[in-house]
Amino acid sequence: MSALPGAPLRPSLRLLGDDLVGRILDEAHELLRDPGVRVQDPEAVALLAGAGAEVAGEVVRIPARLVAAALATAPGSFDLHDRSGAPAVRYGAGVVQFDPGSSGVNVLDPATGDHRPSTADDLVRLVRVAEMLPAYDAQSTAIVCGDVPAGVGDLYRLFLVLLGSAKPIVTGAFSPRGTTAMVDLLALDAGGREALAARPRAVFDVCPSPPLTWTEFGARNLLDLARARVPAEMVSMPLAGGAAPVTLVGSVVQHAAECLAGVVIHQLAGPGAPIVWGGAPSIVDMRTGVTPMGAIETAMLDVAYAQVGRALGLPTHGYLGATDGKVLDAQAGLESGIGALVGALAGIDLISGAGMLDSLRCQSAEKLVLDAEGIAMARRLLGGVATPTATLATAMIRAAGPEARFLEQPETRRLFRGEQLLPSPVIDRASLRAWEDEGRPDTRARARERVEELLAAYRRPALDPGVEAAMTDLVRAVGVPHGLAADLPGVAAARA
Amino acid sequence: MNDTAFEAMRRAVVDGDADAAAAAASAAIAAGIPPLVAIDEGFMPGMKEVGAGFAAGDLFLPDMMLAARAMQRALNVLEPELQKAAVERAVAGRVVIGTVAGDIHEIGKNLVGMLLSTSGFEVHDLGVNVSPERFVAAVQEHRADIVGLSALLTTTMTGQRTIIAALQAAGLRPPVKVMVGGAPVTGAWASEIGADGYSEDAMGAVELAKRLVGAGEAAR
Repeated sequence: MSALPGAPLRPSLRLLGDDLVGRILDEAHELLRDPGVRVQDPEAVALLAGAGAEVAGEVVRIPARLVAAALATAPGSFDLHDRSGAPAVRYGAGVVQFDPGSSGVNVLDPATGDHRPSTADDLVRLVRVAEMLPAYDAQSTAIVCGDVPAGVGDLYRLFLVLLGSAKPIVTGAFSPRGTTAMVDLLALDAGGREALAARPRAVFDVCPSPPLTWTEFGARNLLDLARARVPAEMVSMPLAGGAAPVTLVGSVVQHAAECLAGVVIHQLAGPGAPIVWGGAPSIVDMRTGVTPMGAIETAMLDVAYAQVGRALGLPTHGYLGATDGKVLDAQAGLESGIGALVGALAGIDLISGAGMLDSLRCQSAEKLVLDAEGIAMARRLLGGVATPTATLATAMIRAAGPEARFLEQPETRRLFRGEQLLPSPVIDRASLRAWEDEGRPDTRARARERVEELLAAYRRPALDPGVEAAMTDLVRAVGVPHGLAADLPGVAAARA
Repeated sequence: MNDTAFEAMRRAVVDGDADAAAAAASAAIAAGIPPLVAIDEGFMPGMKEVGAGFAAGDLFLPDMMLAARAMQRALNVLEPELQKAAVERAVAGRVVIGTVAGDIHEIGKNLVGMLLSTSGFEVHDLGVNVSPERFVAAVQEHRADIVGLSALLTTTMTGQRTIIAALQAAGLRPPVKVMVGGAPVTGAWASEIGADGYSEDAMGAVELAKRLVGAGEAAR
């Protein structure tokens, strides 16, 4: 029997024609030559100069052949692994994946509804909820712990995530040398530096500063990560109209120039080390100067730069699914759902941002469970229309008869799970009466209930006690000189 | 040895495998298992299991319908044996059920009918777009204890009131109980039109039917 005609489409969204991608890259190369890129780390500058870049002070003019060489060695795909060493996040594989947004400074207090400074205990709670939700392929170091000294904050939050999770982790350092101890910690978890390089569990966000600047912080992180062969994820943030051209396409050019420079620095230090074409751009709202993460143009910037990254053969990352709203209200659902959907349609490999309120300042476990529903919807859409039966409808309609006995067809039971997404009770599909009988729970109330259920069902993933002790010793040794409390905030909660 | 047979019966219902259910019923007859015992200890536990799974959200409408269909096939096989043995299966009650005139929605009605039937009620399903006259005639013919009236539309649910009036006019009320259901139906609507009860869902309809029959017996 020959294959029947009529293949469904995989839905996708593109904003740039191929010739426009070429023009964007041409201008990005032009910017790398003039005005060049500011690179504020002496070793990175020396590497660039040694490779043939023209250096004047901190200004580096990068010729196209250096870019071409870097793009030739940068891998087009790589995986992040879970604690067992199994691939769990696949960059460059054509799979869209999601993780919570990072580095909130507040959490939405579930009891009071207030935005309050986040603590280590809050991170433990967030990690548990994200661990329980299959929507999240990776964890993130989702907040800054206000009760942990800033000097050890980056290492410490990674430690707390490692204690509570077996998933891959999106993280980042807070200082130029910050990745060093964090890589040491990850190596303990992985069973050594070689094991970590072979099967990395974490990716580090590394940020250029707009416009066209790699600070000592960003450049140093790139070098150290490339040498450790731990994946780096460039998070370029052109702010259209403020720190980048107001045109979306102009901001995408700036993004490309910053990231191309980053790839060059990174690949000079570690040819073949994994690096991701990522970002967290936004427009600038001309009424107030704020940078809205829920704006549709912000999503469009992500779609466009991701298309450029893919054209270069690099793995991609985006920052979508966040909102500028302050509570789990209609705006939060609207902006987050649209962002997740647009990012998914754009085929971005890893999309960060879930759980975030207030323009990435506030993280919320309740929003994580709501966003998981939007992510599931986006994934369902990507799954497209399937053709699992020999006839599309004829056999089922004949079998069901005029009485419409579709529910009794074995095909219905066999196929409905593949055809239909079953949302969690966060999504209300009850009758009005049932909803009234439940006390009229709104989204926030339903999300709170779901968070409590997930927390109750959470079981801490196995962690070798010797490894845990070694990680604890490392964190204590690095942290106590910075003023870290000896009782290690959040650890009691993580072990409970 | 009967345990294996009961397990096969339970399994057939849980799997929604009508052929296996019929085969298990035939095997029970061949093995000399009394039909009532096969129903109560073999097939019904499977039905209860599926019902519980559905109520808990672990199983879904197709599981329920297929299980009910498998149960029905088993009952069809066992029925002649019951008659041969002159044993009447204790019927929980006789129900006439249908979707009211002008309305052709039947998913909810079918589900309620299936569940009532597998819960020991004798169910006469009149289908969709059923006139008041047909309801009245069916109630008289089958000596029904309960009439179930389904309506999905706000425009057709007024038909529930008409049918209750017709039952009244035929002198069948109040001994014949009326339960109403459907998306727009509320408890307030049920009281307003003089129905004896409504349920939010199919599982609740079975409980309601049991209550109504109990109340009917107590009144007699």
